[in-house]
Amino acid sequence: MKSVARFAIAALALSASVAAAGAQTTLRIGLAEDPDVLDPTLARTYVGRIVFASICDKLFDIDEKLNVVPQLALSSDISADGKQVTIKLRPGVKFHDGEAFDAEAAKYSLDRHMTMQGSFRKPELSAVDKVEVVDPLTIRLVLKAPFSPLIAQLTDRAGMMVSPKAAKDMGDKFGQKPVCAGPYKFVERVQQDRIVVEKFADYWDKGNIHIDRITYTPIPDSTVRLANLRAGQLDMLERPLATDIKDIRANPRLKVGSALELGYQGMTINVGKGDAAKVFADKRIREALALAIDRKSINDVVFNGEFVPGNQWVNPQHPYYQQNTPVPPRDLARAKKLIADAGVKTPIAIHFMVPNNPETRQVAEVIQAMTAEAGFDMKIRVTEFATSLNEAEAGRFQAYMLAWSGRTDPDGNIYSFARTGQPLNYGAYSDAEVDAALDAARVKTTLEDRKAIYGKITPKLIAEGGVVYLYHRRIIIPYTEKLEGYRQMPDGLIRVVGLKFKS
Amino acid sequence: MVALLSRRLLQLIPTVFFVSVIIFLLQQLLPGDPALVMAGEDRDPEVIAQIRRMYRLDQPLPIQYLYWIKGVIVGDLGESMRLKVPVSDLVLEKLPVTLQLATMAIIVALAIGVTAGVLSAVKRDSWIDYVVNVLSLCGISTPNFWLGIMLILLFSVQLGWLPASGYVSPFENLGQSLLTTIMPAFVLGNALAGVLMRHTRAAMLQAMDSDYVRTAKAKGLSNTAIIVKHALRNALTPIITLGALEFGTLLSGAVLTEQIFTIPGFGKLIVDAVFNRDYAVVQGVVLVTATTYILLNLLADIGYILADPRLRK
Repeated sequence: MKSVARFAIAALALSASVAAAGAQTTLRIGLAEDPDVLDPTLARTYVGRIVFASICDKLFDIDEKLNVVPQLALSSDISADGKQVTIKLRPGVKFHDGEAFDAEAAKYSLDRHMTMQGSFRKPELSAVDKVEVVDPLTIRLVLKAPFSPLIAQLTDRAGMMVSPKAAKDMGDKFGQKPVCAGPYKFVERVQQDRIVVEKFADYWDKGNIHIDRITYTPIPDSTVRLANLRAGQLDMLERPLATDIKDIRANPRLKVGSALELGYQGMTINVGKGDAAKVFADKRIREALALAIDRKSINDVVFNGEFVPGNQWVNPQHPYYQQNTPVPPRDLARAKKLIADAGVKTPIAIHFMVPNNPETRQVAEVIQAMTAEAGFDMKIRVTEFATSLNEAEAGRFQAYMLAWSGRTDPDGNIYSFARTGQPLNYGAYSDAEVDAALDAARVKTTLEDRKAIYGKITPKLIAEGGVVYLYHRRIIIPYTEKLEGYRQMPDGLIRVVGLKFKS
Repeated sequence: MVALLSRRLLQLIPTVFFVSVIIFLLQQLLPGDPALVMAGEDRDPEVIAQIRRMYRLDQPLPIQYLYWIKGVIVGDLGESMRLKVPVSDLVLEKLPVTLQLATMAIIVALAIGVTAGVLSAVKRDSWIDYVVNVLSLCGISTPNFWLGIMLILLFSVQLGWLPASGYVSPFENLGQSLLTTIMPAFVLGNALAGVLMRHTRAAMLQAMDSDYVRTAKAKGLSNTAIIVKHALRNALTPIITLGALEFGTLLSGAVLTEQIFTIPGFGKLIVDAVFNRDYAVVQGVVLVTATTYILLNLLADIGYILADPRLRK
């Protein structure tokens, strides 16, 4: 009897180990929101880009140092006059439906981005006049005017390639079952519940794909999201609370991917829109406000020192950061003197619009306390985000806490915010010298040339611009220690190529 | 009977029409421009103009309403701006989830609430009565989100007995489905149980003091028979009415609880839609739940008529 039992146990153990070897591996990723439509042309959210990172490859990608590296394209070459960009494509690439990726397909994808109704890529590719097929593996982009940030645009959704056959068949329903050329293919989606993708057997870099399936689960509550990771229900998540980072680091069962964000957190100042702009129309008051803020303390008090104080539209580790204008210390005496020189009666009442989220609110309260010492009376108006956008458009604010998620090219962090009449220039800042420099930096192609141009206007924008830059968040992606091969890029996306579970 | 039923059904039409107008107008009162929200972070003016055209946001309100209601009449609730999916698909996808959660929650609420109410009425003014009263007060006043997070920390993180969040359909895996919904159902049911307990207690006290219970006692019936057969039966009427009403409310989605436990029901759908100003989804979901509520009400009325012959006239 005993031996029978022993035999049964041995058989069970054997079958279990066989099952383990043949078992599918699934990576479970927790998202902070439910993504919007999964069509690269019609998508607009950050969280959607995280999902695209596994299903839709782009012409180019970025590395840790923000260099542009090949993905579906092999190389790019800009003509001497800057108006033609020739792109060589990777041979032997297939879409998820088995269609071949070639110059025609690349042209189709770019044309779709540029012309489809409701496309969000149109402004990103507005510099492109037309796309030409040179040979089966070469395309040429003909530009209306030289535009150096273009290649950087192709490292994001504007560079994502879709299967022409599937896109034609499905039209604007393509997002319900996207067909691209990424490492994983779309399986199913249940709104607000999960998005499932599985390994694509014909991926061009299939040797680096080790996990069979990925499930993306949106869990909006940060505490619950982290609890799921700690309980082993998730393998990875994005956007934990800054105040939880210390605990995450201390947990031996978790590892952390980390990079400094491409964007910034700042305060937009109304300098020229409507009656509300009167207070800050005087440059001295703007400078006084910025000088009254101690950025390091904000970081220490609200974020346990996890983030990085900043004073420019790119973070201090970015290649385009101007090292000769570092983050200034707080200077209360000078702030008070500027206000006295301007002859404004204190306290200066400021309508301070703050989107409703706990972290932003805390930062606003710290700023309120700091600037009060210089003579400002910041009246915090907590406003729901969608409403705050309307208020900002209408100029019904004097200061507005607003974050920018950031773009690979520095142009994406400054042009629309500081150039006269641009859509994100909520405070209607306008300066002829700044406008000229921002235009000039779009034409030059080398880092040195462009950085020198930005360098000339940086001190001016810091002292009297329409945005007071405050800090840069650290992107933290906690994951189980069973996972290896994870590399965090500064765009905050979760790249799945090369990831595997320890055996 | 048939005449009565058809009269009630005819009355439904103006009611639903009125509801649809209110839903449409209330939503317009929300500050914030859907095109601005939908335009993504870049908010390019050309893109914004295009969205306004595509979704007829540039047309006058009555025209927008007519377009919408024209679709609704033929069963087309419109398309989600954010997800590019028909709203009716979303509703059909979420309805079973919300139905399951609501049913489980009402079972939890009745099991706890009625038992506790009967117990405290029978043991009136004893220590049991006081303890049950205090517990029910705690149940009513504990915020759902707090209780939810505490349960997750205890049962999922510390003990590892239950999944922290998520949802599995009962048709896929019944056991797993119950495991994922037991905590949210308990959280929802717990809040209702307190209210139900109060009403049960009051109704039971009244019944226990009534002549027929005194008669039953005089006949020498056992305590259990008196409580269950005579007192509770008569006390059930207000409990059933209250339970049915609360069930209707649960159907409109338990926003906070669904958010915390990541249950993909109506509550989560509508919250996401409101924050993204996805008008078609908000309108569609509210119209469907409002109509369901009205229908439930009608069914309850019919139930009364069937139960009480005096109302048939």
